[in-house]
Amino acid sequence: MTVEPGFHVNSNAPSEDYLIPLKVAWTSKGALEGGDVVYPRASSEKYEFSDKPLSVFTGTFEIAANFKVAAGAPAGPGMAAGKLSYQACNARMCFPPAKVDISVPYQVD
Amino acid sequence: MLRPSVSVLLFAALALGSFLVFRYSSTRTVKAESIRPASERKPAPDFALKDADGRTVHLSDYRGKVVLLDFWATWCGPCRMEIPWFIEMQRENKDRGFEVLGVSMDDNGWEDVKPFLAEMQVNYRIVIGNDRTAEVYGGVESLPTTFLIDREGRIAVVHVGLTSRKDIQDGVEQLLQAGSKVDIDRSMVSALSLRTR
Repeated sequence: MTVEPGFHVNSNAPSEDYLIPLKVAWTSKGALEGGDVVYPRASSEKYEFSDKPLSVFTGTFEIAANFKVAAGAPAGPGMAAGKLSYQACNARMCFPPAKVDISVPYQVD
Repeated sequence: MLRPSVSVLLFAALALGSFLVFRYSSTRTVKAESIRPASERKPAPDFALKDADGRTVHLSDYRGKVVLLDFWATWCGPCRMEIPWFIEMQRENKDRGFEVLGVSMDDNGWEDVKPFLAEMQVNYRIVIGNDRTAEVYGGVESLPTTFLIDREGRIAVVHVGLTSRKDIQDGVEQLLQAGSKVDIDRSMVSALSLRTR
Protein backbone atom coordinates (compact mmCIF):
# COMPACT_ATOMS: atom_id res chain seq x y z
CA MET A 1 0.00 0.00 0.00
CA THR A 2 1.07 3.49 -0.69
CA VAL A 3 0.23 6.64 1.20
CA GLU A 4 1.14 9.83 -0.60
CA PRO A 5 3.84 12.08 0.83
CA GLY A 6 2.44 14.45 3.42
CA PHE A 7 -0.31 12.07 4.48
CA HIS A 8 -0.45 9.33 7.09
CA VAL A 9 -2.87 6.67 8.24
CA ASN A 10 -3.16 5.63 11.86
CA SER A 11 -1.40 2.32 12.50
CA ASN A 12 -3.18 -0.80 13.70
CA ALA A 13 -2.26 0.26 17.25
CA PRO A 14 -2.71 4.04 17.47
CA SER A 15 -1.17 5.94 20.34
CA GLU A 16 -4.47 7.52 21.41
CA ASP A 17 -7.77 5.79 22.19
CA TYR A 18 -9.76 8.20 20.07
CA LEU A 19 -7.84 7.45 16.88
CA ILE A 20 -9.29 5.01 14.37
CA PRO A 21 -6.88 2.14 13.67
CA LEU A 22 -6.01 0.55 10.35
CA LYS A 23 -7.50 -2.91 10.40
CA VAL A 24 -8.00 -5.92 8.17
CA ALA A 25 -11.07 -8.05 8.86
CA TRP A 26 -11.90 -11.17 6.87
CA THR A 27 -15.53 -11.67 5.87
CA SER A 28 -15.02 -15.00 4.13
CA LYS A 29 -12.04 -17.30 3.82
CA GLY A 30 -13.29 -19.93 1.44
CA ALA A 31 -11.20 -23.07 1.81
CA LEU A 32 -8.62 -21.29 3.93
CA GLU A 33 -8.21 -21.13 7.67
CA GLY A 34 -6.41 -18.66 9.86
CA GLY A 35 -5.68 -15.39 8.18
CA ASP A 36 -3.86 -13.81 11.09
CA VAL A 37 -2.76 -10.41 9.89
CA VAL A 38 0.81 -9.26 10.22
CA TYR A 39 1.00 -5.49 10.22
CA PRO A 40 4.20 -3.62 9.43
CA ARG A 41 6.21 -1.75 11.98
CA ALA A 42 4.69 1.68 12.56
CA SER A 43 6.48 5.00 12.61
CA SER A 44 6.26 7.39 15.50
CA GLU A 45 5.60 10.85 14.11
CA LYS A 46 4.99 14.15 15.86
CA TYR A 47 2.40 16.52 14.45
CA GLU A 48 1.47 20.05 15.46
CA PHE A 49 -2.02 19.00 16.46
CA SER A 50 -0.92 16.28 18.85
CA ASP A 51 0.81 16.57 22.21
CA LYS A 52 2.65 13.32 21.69
CA PRO A 53 3.97 11.38 18.68
CA LEU A 54 1.43 9.28 16.84
CA SER A 55 1.80 5.69 15.68
CA VAL A 56 1.27 5.85 11.92
CA PHE A 57 1.97 4.23 8.60
CA THR A 58 3.41 6.36 5.87
CA GLY A 59 4.85 5.81 2.42
CA THR A 60 4.77 2.29 1.01
CA PHE A 61 4.20 -0.64 3.33
CA GLU A 62 3.07 -4.24 3.23
CA ILE A 63 0.43 -6.08 5.21
CA ALA A 64 0.59 -9.87 5.24
CA ALA A 65 -1.84 -12.59 6.30
CA ASN A 66 -1.08 -16.20 7.26
CA PHE A 67 -3.52 -18.78 5.95
CA LYS A 68 -3.55 -22.54 5.72
CA VAL A 69 -5.66 -24.77 3.60
CA ALA A 70 -8.46 -26.43 5.54
CA ALA A 71 -8.37 -30.19 5.77
CA GLY A 72 -10.47 -31.74 3.06
CA ALA A 73 -10.62 -28.54 1.06
CA PRO A 74 -11.72 -29.23 -2.49
CA ALA A 75 -9.31 -28.59 -5.28
CA GLY A 76 -9.89 -25.55 -7.37
CA PRO A 77 -9.84 -21.80 -7.22
CA GLY A 78 -11.19 -19.75 -4.40
CA MET A 79 -11.21 -16.32 -2.91
CA ALA A 80 -10.78 -15.00 0.58
CA ALA A 81 -12.50 -11.65 1.05
CA GLY A 82 -12.44 -8.97 3.65
CA LYS A 83 -12.35 -5.30 4.40
CA LEU A 84 -9.53 -2.91 5.08
CA SER A 85 -10.54 0.03 7.23
CA TYR A 86 -8.38 3.08 7.75
CA GLN A 87 -8.46 6.76 8.56
CA ALA A 88 -6.03 9.27 7.10
CA CYS A 89 -4.84 12.77 7.89
CA ASN A 90 -2.17 15.19 6.85
CA ALA A 91 -0.54 17.80 9.06
CA ARG A 92 -3.62 20.05 9.07
CA MET A 93 -6.73 18.05 8.39
CA CYS A 94 -8.31 14.62 8.63
CA PHE A 95 -10.42 12.67 6.19
CA PRO A 96 -13.41 10.47 6.94
CA PRO A 97 -12.79 6.85 7.96
CA ALA A 98 -12.89 4.58 4.94
CA LYS A 99 -13.39 0.89 4.18
CA VAL A 100 -12.28 -0.86 1.04
CA ASP A 101 -12.96 -4.38 -0.12
CA ILE A 102 -9.98 -6.70 -0.33
CA SER A 103 -9.70 -10.12 -1.90
CA VAL A 104 -7.10 -12.86 -1.98
CA PRO A 105 -7.45 -15.33 -4.83
CA TYR A 106 -5.97 -18.78 -4.33
CA GLN A 107 -5.81 -22.12 -6.05
CA VAL A 108 -5.94 -25.47 -4.18
CA ASP A 109 -4.40 -28.26 -6.16
CA MET B 1 -0.39 -24.79 -5.95
CA LEU B 2 -1.29 -23.40 -2.56
CA ARG B 3 0.92 -24.83 0.15
CA PRO B 4 -0.89 -25.90 3.35
CA SER B 5 0.35 -22.84 5.11
CA VAL B 6 1.10 -19.68 3.27
CA SER B 7 1.70 -16.09 3.98
CA VAL B 8 0.00 -13.83 1.61
CA LEU B 9 1.32 -10.43 1.00
CA LEU B 10 -1.74 -8.34 0.87
CA PHE B 11 0.26 -5.72 -0.85
CA ALA B 12 0.59 -7.98 -3.88
CA ALA B 13 -2.86 -9.51 -3.69
CA LEU B 14 -4.78 -6.36 -3.07
CA ALA B 15 -3.62 -4.51 -6.13
CA LEU B 16 -4.82 -1.49 -4.31
CA GLY B 17 -1.67 0.46 -4.60
CA SER B 18 -3.62 3.43 -5.71
CA PHE B 19 -6.46 3.36 -3.22
CA LEU B 20 -4.56 5.38 -0.71
CA VAL B 21 -3.37 7.88 -3.25
CA PHE B 22 -5.56 10.71 -2.27
CA ARG B 23 -6.87 13.32 -4.54
CA TYR B 24 -6.40 15.91 -1.87
CA SER B 25 -3.39 18.14 -1.97
CA SER B 26 -1.63 18.25 1.36
CA THR B 27 1.75 19.72 0.79
CA ARG B 28 0.74 23.12 -0.48
CA THR B 29 1.07 26.01 1.91
CA VAL B 30 -2.37 27.40 2.60
CA LYS B 31 -2.76 31.09 3.15
CA ALA B 32 -5.38 31.95 5.72
CA GLU B 33 -8.68 32.86 4.16
CA SER B 34 -9.87 36.45 4.45
CA ILE B 35 -13.29 37.71 5.42
CA ARG B 36 -15.29 38.24 2.24
CA PRO B 37 -16.84 41.65 1.57
CA ALA B 38 -20.48 41.65 2.65
CA SER B 39 -21.68 41.93 -0.94
CA GLU B 40 -19.92 38.67 -1.84
CA ARG B 41 -21.24 36.54 1.02
CA LYS B 42 -23.71 33.77 0.28
CA PRO B 43 -26.42 32.69 2.74
CA ALA B 44 -25.40 29.89 5.09
CA PRO B 45 -27.76 26.95 4.44
CA ASP B 46 -30.21 26.31 7.24
CA PHE B 47 -30.42 22.91 8.88
CA ALA B 48 -32.37 21.09 11.61
CA LEU B 49 -30.13 18.88 13.74
CA LYS B 50 -30.40 17.47 17.25
CA ASP B 51 -28.30 18.63 20.18
CA ALA B 52 -27.18 16.58 23.20
CA ASP B 53 -30.55 17.13 24.92
CA GLY B 54 -32.50 15.95 21.89
CA ARG B 55 -33.65 19.44 20.99
CA THR B 56 -33.77 20.46 17.35
CA VAL B 57 -31.35 23.24 16.46
CA HIS B 58 -31.78 25.39 13.38
CA LEU B 59 -28.99 27.66 12.15
CA SER B 60 -31.69 30.28 11.57
CA ASP B 61 -32.22 30.37 15.36
CA TYR B 62 -28.93 32.28 15.49
CA ARG B 63 -29.87 35.10 13.13
CA GLY B 64 -28.58 38.38 14.53
CA LYS B 65 -25.51 36.70 16.04
CA VAL B 66 -22.06 35.99 14.67
CA VAL B 67 -21.72 32.22 14.45
CA LEU B 68 -18.63 30.05 14.28
CA LEU B 69 -19.89 26.82 12.71
CA ASP B 70 -17.35 24.07 13.24
CA PHE B 71 -17.51 20.70 11.45
CA TRP B 72 -15.39 18.29 13.51
CA ALA B 73 -15.09 14.74 14.86
CA THR B 74 -13.70 13.12 18.00
CA TRP B 75 -11.20 11.14 15.92
CA CYS B 76 -9.78 14.28 14.31
CA GLY B 77 -6.57 15.49 15.97
CA PRO B 78 -6.52 18.96 14.36
CA CYS B 79 -10.16 19.43 15.42
CA ARG B 80 -9.30 18.59 19.01
CA MET B 81 -6.57 21.21 18.95
CA GLU B 82 -8.99 23.96 17.88
CA ILE B 83 -11.84 23.16 20.27
CA PRO B 84 -10.22 24.67 23.39
CA TRP B 85 -9.80 27.90 21.40
CA PHE B 86 -13.50 27.86 20.57
CA ILE B 87 -14.39 27.24 24.20
CA GLU B 88 -12.49 30.37 25.14
CA MET B 89 -13.95 32.41 22.28
CA GLN B 90 -17.45 31.37 23.38
CA ARG B 91 -16.74 32.42 26.95
CA GLU B 92 -15.19 35.76 25.99
CA ASN B 93 -17.68 36.83 23.33
CA LYS B 94 -21.02 35.32 24.29
CA ASP B 95 -22.32 38.66 25.60
CA ARG B 96 -21.37 40.39 22.36
CA GLY B 97 -23.74 38.33 20.24
CA PHE B 98 -21.39 35.47 19.34
CA GLU B 99 -22.03 31.74 19.40
CA VAL B 100 -20.01 28.67 18.53
CA LEU B 101 -21.98 25.79 17.09
CA GLY B 102 -20.21 22.47 16.60
CA VAL B 103 -21.37 19.90 14.05
CA SER B 104 -19.97 16.49 14.90
CA MET B 105 -19.43 14.12 12.00
CA ASP B 106 -18.85 11.11 14.25
CA ASP B 107 -20.48 8.00 12.77
CA ASN B 108 -21.07 6.65 16.30
CA GLY B 109 -22.91 9.83 17.25
CA TRP B 110 -23.50 10.67 20.92
CA GLU B 111 -21.88 7.43 22.08
CA ASP B 112 -18.51 8.94 21.19
CA VAL B 113 -19.35 12.62 21.39
CA LYS B 114 -20.93 12.95 24.84
CA PRO B 115 -17.91 11.61 26.76
CA PHE B 116 -15.68 13.96 24.77
CA LEU B 117 -17.88 16.97 25.58
CA ALA B 118 -17.74 16.11 29.27
CA GLU B 119 -13.98 15.59 29.23
CA MET B 120 -13.30 18.86 27.40
CA GLN B 121 -16.04 20.81 29.22
CA VAL B 122 -17.35 22.16 25.98
CA ASN B 123 -19.47 25.23 26.73
CA TYR B 124 -21.22 25.58 23.40
CA ARG B 125 -23.89 23.67 21.56
CA ILE B 126 -23.02 20.55 19.61
CA VAL B 127 -25.25 18.83 17.10
CA ILE B 128 -24.72 15.58 15.20
CA GLY B 129 -24.33 16.23 11.50
CA ASN B 130 -25.01 13.99 8.55
CA ASP B 131 -24.13 13.65 4.87
CA ARG B 132 -26.95 15.98 3.87
CA THR B 133 -25.60 18.77 6.09
CA ALA B 134 -22.12 18.33 4.68
CA GLU B 135 -23.53 18.36 1.17
CA VAL B 136 -25.43 21.63 1.52
CA TYR B 137 -22.29 23.21 2.91
CA GLY B 138 -20.45 22.45 -0.30
CA GLY B 139 -19.35 18.96 0.62
CA VAL B 140 -17.30 18.99 3.81
CA GLU B 141 -14.57 16.61 2.66
CA SER B 142 -12.11 17.11 5.46
CA LEU B 143 -12.15 18.14 9.08
CA PRO B 144 -11.98 20.58 10.66
CA THR B 145 -13.93 22.87 8.36
CA THR B 146 -14.95 26.11 10.03
CA PHE B 147 -17.46 28.66 8.75
CA LEU B 148 -17.72 32.17 10.15
CA ILE B 149 -21.28 33.41 9.64
CA ASP B 150 -22.26 37.06 9.97
CA ARG B 151 -25.29 38.45 11.80
CA GLU B 152 -27.31 38.34 8.59
CA GLY B 153 -26.73 34.60 8.27
CA ARG B 154 -24.18 34.84 5.45
CA ILE B 155 -20.91 32.92 5.17
CA ALA B 156 -18.08 35.40 5.64
CA VAL B 157 -15.17 32.97 5.50
CA VAL B 158 -14.43 29.24 5.36
CA HIS B 159 -11.34 27.73 6.94
CA VAL B 160 -10.49 24.22 5.75
CA GLY B 161 -8.09 22.39 8.04
CA LEU B 162 -6.23 23.53 11.14
CA THR B 163 -6.06 27.32 11.08
CA SER B 164 -4.19 29.69 13.32
CA ARG B 165 -6.05 30.80 16.39
CA LYS B 166 -5.26 34.41 15.57
CA ASP B 167 -6.76 34.18 12.08
CA ILE B 168 -10.00 32.79 13.44
CA GLN B 169 -10.14 35.32 16.30
CA ASP B 170 -9.42 38.21 13.95
CA GLY B 171 -12.27 37.09 11.72
CA VAL B 172 -14.67 36.77 14.64
CA GLU B 173 -13.68 40.21 15.92
CA GLN B 174 -14.13 41.75 12.50
CA LEU B 175 -17.66 40.38 12.23
CA LEU B 176 -18.54 41.36 15.79
CA GLN B 177 -17.36 44.91 15.21
CA ALA B 178 -19.25 45.11 11.94
CA GLY B 179 -22.41 44.51 13.91
CA SER B 180 -21.35 47.06 16.55
CA LYS B 181 -20.61 49.65 13.87
CA VAL B 182 -24.14 49.29 12.52
CA ASP B 183 -25.53 49.80 16.01
CA ILE B 184 -23.37 52.89 16.52
CA ASP B 185 -24.44 54.30 13.17
CA ARG B 186 -28.09 53.79 14.06
CA SER B 187 -27.70 55.51 17.40
CA MET B 188 -25.98 58.44 15.72
CA VAL B 189 -28.85 58.78 13.26
CA SER B 190 -31.30 58.78 16.16
CA ALA B 191 -29.24 61.43 17.98
CA LEU B 192 -29.12 63.61 14.86
CA SER B 193 -32.86 63.24 14.37
CA LEU B 194 -33.49 64.44 17.93
CA ARG B 195 -31.13 67.40 17.50
CA THR B 196 -32.79 68.66 14.32
CA ARG B 197 -36.25 68.81 15.86
